[in-house]
Amino acid sequence: MKHIQTLNTRDMAKSAQNGGCGECQTSCQSACKTSCGIANQACENKNEQ
Amino acid sequence: MIHQYKLNGYNIVLDVYSGSIHLTDEAAYDAIRYVDEGKTREEAEKLLLDSYKDQGITKEDIADIFSDIEELKSAGKLFTQDVYQDHKYDMKQRNTVIKALCLLVAHTCNLNCEYCFASQGKFQGSAGLMSFETGKRALDFLVEHSGFRRNLEVDFFGGEPLMNFEVCKQLVAYARSIEKEKKKNFRFTLTTNGVGVTDEVIEWANRECHNVVLSLDGRKDVNDRFRVDYKGNGSYDRIVPNFRKFVDARGGKGYYMRGTYTHFNTDFTKDIFHMADDLGFTELSMEPVVTSPDSPSALTKEDLPVLFEQYEILAKDMLRREREGKPITFYHYMIDLEHGPCIYKRISGCGSGTEYMAVTAWGDLYPCHQFVGDPDYKLGDIWNGVTNTAKQDEFKYCNVYSHPECQDCWAKLYCSGGCAANAYHTTGTIQGVYQYGCELFKKRIECALMLKAATAMGEEN
Repeated sequence: MKHIQTLNTRDMAKSAQNGGCGECQTSCQSACKTSCGIANQACENKNEQ
Repeated sequence: MIHQYKLNGYNIVLDVYSGSIHLTDEAAYDAIRYVDEGKTREEAEKLLLDSYKDQGITKEDIADIFSDIEELKSAGKLFTQDVYQDHKYDMKQRNTVIKALCLLVAHTCNLNCEYCFASQGKFQGSAGLMSFETGKRALDFLVEHSGFRRNLEVDFFGGEPLMNFEVCKQLVAYARSIEKEKKKNFRFTLTTNGVGVTDEVIEWANRECHNVVLSLDGRKDVNDRFRVDYKGNGSYDRIVPNFRKFVDARGGKGYYMRGTYTHFNTDFTKDIFHMADDLGFTELSMEPVVTSPDSPSALTKEDLPVLFEQYEILAKDMLRREREGKPITFYHYMIDLEHGPCIYKRISGCGSGTEYMAVTAWGDLYPCHQFVGDPDYKLGDIWNGVTNTAKQDEFKYCNVYSHPECQDCWAKLYCSGGCAANAYHTTGTIQGVYQYGCELFKKRIECALMLKAATAMGEEN
């Protein structure tokens, strides 16, 4: 493509198929304690898509 | 739904439901906006020819742009629809297990920070320390209610948890004695103000704690404005040497220097840079104060543009540091685009009241540490489990689709509808939104995505 560049990102729709294992960190246990941000939580599912 | 913005020379387009991120040239940026606004191809072409005639744009260029757009649409990476709401999970009926506890091992503190949401650890109640027996029962409660989840998180919190260090040690020893048999992996976190950090604490925490959160607000005068002892003496000179020793000995294990900024230091990047440049810390977190709007330290509407600029300054400076081979981490700019949370996590959020609970020194259960002390929000206790199931159901149902105000927000799959406690404290309901926090959150996500874009472009060049 000449005008648009796309970064590599996890496909959200595909993650609906095999996500939800729940092994990931609870957001507030990390550093904030006063806000909710889940974007910086790593996925712990080894078979993630 | 898409979100477009320009930052630091990058034209960024986020496709909300696929999570795709695109970098465009100027004409493509406008073309995507025209499509989003519902303009026809002919209308868009006319507008682009007019806007970019000085740059010599041709009909062929515009055809290329629309070809790019169509290609991305076909690939499910642009103008995607919300397919998750179609098979909207019945959040109330979902079977949840508990995987994290915040243990309030000390409802007391050796500092007297005015802005403390926990009222110096007393949470609007009385002071007290958790006994080993209560803590042990809390860990057993966690194991019993964790189903097949292997990773269990436990945060030693307060108040100041090191005022009950012996019990912290005993609880970790107990957890280690049962985790193999129970097929669990305990991950402990310690959140401390640094006053009680000793060599023994350092050795223990670096052996046992997956992460430590070290509270420091930045520059000495900023830190000492609020983080004072009961005589009013600032804590900076006492805690900074402790923290430096702590981090030096940590050997690469996780830590965060965690500060709070208020109306009095809206130039908070100076505090972050002080911690990085003068003190040598690299893992940094800085949170906006959460307090009553009547408080002099509360952030104001007028502060917002200043804060936005600060977040941009921080992002740009982090790129400079990266280029110079001296990177720092800012908690809110950490985004893993390729291996980040799945859609289930993005919809359901932090899990307060369901997967995550706070346990008081007396064994009472609350949805999270920010609800402790509010009798309406007591869920039960660690001996009898959750008995206030009606209240827990409110939290079970709380997700990104349950906040009416979030539906048209581009950032909803990054915050999952935001912090329930902040929503409750500002609107009276956990289904509300803490609008001020949203504004800051969105700015941080924009900066974080720009950093990813810049890194990707840098790698390419």
